[in-house]
Amino acid sequence: MRKCSLNAVNEVFAEIAKAAKLYLPVDQADGSAAFKEWENGVTWSSALNTVKSPKDLFFPQTEDLMAFKTEGKSIEVIDTRREVEDFVVFGVRACDVKSFEILDRVFIKEPVDSYYASKREKGVIVALACTKPSETCFCTAFGICAEEPCGDVSAWKTEDALYFRANTEKGEALMKRLEALTEECGEDAVNAQKEKTAQIMKKLPLAKLDTGAFGGGKTEQLFNAPEWDELSSACLGCGTCTFVCPTCQCYDIKDFNTGNGVIRYRCWDSCMYSEFTKMAHGNNRLTQKERFRQRFMHKLVYYPENNDGLFSCVGCGRCLAKCPISMNIVKVMKKLGGKDSE
Amino acid sequence: MSNYEETLIPQVGVITDVRIDTPDIKTFRVVTLDGKKAFDHRPGQCAMLSIPGVGEAMFSITSSPTNEEYMEFSIKKCGCVTEWLHQAEAGQQITIRGPYGKPFPVDDVFVGKNLLFIAGGVGLAPLRSVINYVRHYRDRYGDIDIVYGSRSKDDLLDYKEIIEEWATDAGVKVHLTIDNPQEGWDGHVGFVPNYVKELGFDTNKTAVLCGPPIMIKFTLEGLTAIGFDKTQIYTTLELRMKCGVGKCGRCNVGAKYVCKDGPVFRCDELDELPDEY
Repeated sequence: MRKCSLNAVNEVFAEIAKAAKLYLPVDQADGSAAFKEWENGVTWSSALNTVKSPKDLFFPQTEDLMAFKTEGKSIEVIDTRREVEDFVVFGVRACDVKSFEILDRVFIKEPVDSYYASKREKGVIVALACTKPSETCFCTAFGICAEEPCGDVSAWKTEDALYFRANTEKGEALMKRLEALTEECGEDAVNAQKEKTAQIMKKLPLAKLDTGAFGGGKTEQLFNAPEWDELSSACLGCGTCTFVCPTCQCYDIKDFNTGNGVIRYRCWDSCMYSEFTKMAHGNNRLTQKERFRQRFMHKLVYYPENNDGLFSCVGCGRCLAKCPISMNIVKVMKKLGGKDSE
Repeated sequence: MSNYEETLIPQVGVITDVRIDTPDIKTFRVVTLDGKKAFDHRPGQCAMLSIPGVGEAMFSITSSPTNEEYMEFSIKKCGCVTEWLHQAEAGQQITIRGPYGKPFPVDDVFVGKNLLFIAGGVGLAPLRSVINYVRHYRDRYGDIDIVYGSRSKDDLLDYKEIIEEWATDAGVKVHLTIDNPQEGWDGHVGFVPNYVKELGFDTNKTAVLCGPPIMIKFTLEGLTAIGFDKTQIYTTLELRMKCGVGKCGRCNVGAKYVCKDGPVFRCDELDELPDEY
């Protein structure tokens, strides 16, 4: 384990930024935090988490896939993919770190999504342990350890220092670059912090959220549950939950005519939208109830069924904070999970 | 450039022939720029076709894999991409990628079986690939029955091929029907599900269905009523798709993705899925 004084973090950032683009949470004018590129003068936010997860850096909200030139009846396909440059994402919370394992199982499965995979290869994730989890946090329900995040490097911030532990080859390479700015140290301070955070996690209001009623093979029990009517009745279909969710990965592919050719791009989409499944001859999910149910069934039943029981939720709490009608996965789990999950 | 192959990036194909099949269905012959088949496929598999600036959509490949020269797509005019294709002429370039999805089990389950094909409207398009495949390897399969219906005689897809080639094959029986009586039509009149019941097939067959959802529903009910088990019946689904490889999320039903786990399903497998297809 190595550490540096908190007074020296900007030197650490500057060193990282010499060789790679560095993204970290930065306070915005509206008081929220967002992952932004670091440059001299940018201050690292002390916010618990960003409004949007860092999935954006690996699976951008909009991303060009290819281009076409057309002339008369002819078409030329242009592969616009470029070599991805090294980049570092600093300050990723344990929940968001876990979300990459969930996204990897979709995008880095044959046939590999080259756009995502090339960014995952080049991106280094420096995870940051939580010390002040919020009332909306429930990562523990999904077996995530907020005080001990994974990532290429794990980091802990105490009152006066930043501690680092490399977990992967990429992480070790990054720490090697920071050798002159950090010093070898013991783990006592980190262990003390972990213990303290673990105690707080236990007392959080959602700490005992039970996933027992969910998982692969539960379609029959849950799909026709009468509770979906009530749960979905106020859903506006705005898709905010999807956009702030670190694990939602549905996308649309669209063409944009630039006047000088066509760019085919993809953008985030939402199963909560009425057009998501709309075809020329009909729509297999006509009501908001069906669309609402799809989102939660996918996270709690379908995804785990295909992925060794892993749920497609990390308990980050963003949907709890952002849904305009205060509906969220916790309410869904409590309602459908019966009294055990109360 | 990336080290990875990327399935989303298509190759250029060229339409070499456009056949007008019905008032709203045309069959497009497609090859690569150097005149070859774009890729090999199995019966029941699909391909993504696109016109840059208009859009991309999934279509079943209607030609049989045994056709080594080109691929064919029978396409009904019903949305943006299909409308654009319908005004395209020979020589027009498009993009093509695939093949996608799980094919019909023509080389194992179907071998040695009597086969009953039931199609409605443009639903014949994916079955034509299977029918011509099993006709090509005729001695591997038992008797073949084909029940096909459409709104009118003019709406029957591949009519010439059905009459001149399929109906003249040994051991192949073709049963055509149209929804309403029509001048010049002395064949059967009535909906496909009812016709199947009237024909009253022996249950020693493997059935393959494709057509509008309502036709599939009633035909399935009819077949099970006369003693077919759902494990003897196959169908192919159609849902909206964007990526074709189980990532964009659009065709997800239950734990399945129609693009990669389907589009071909055995009907007992469908029972395990939520009723959302």
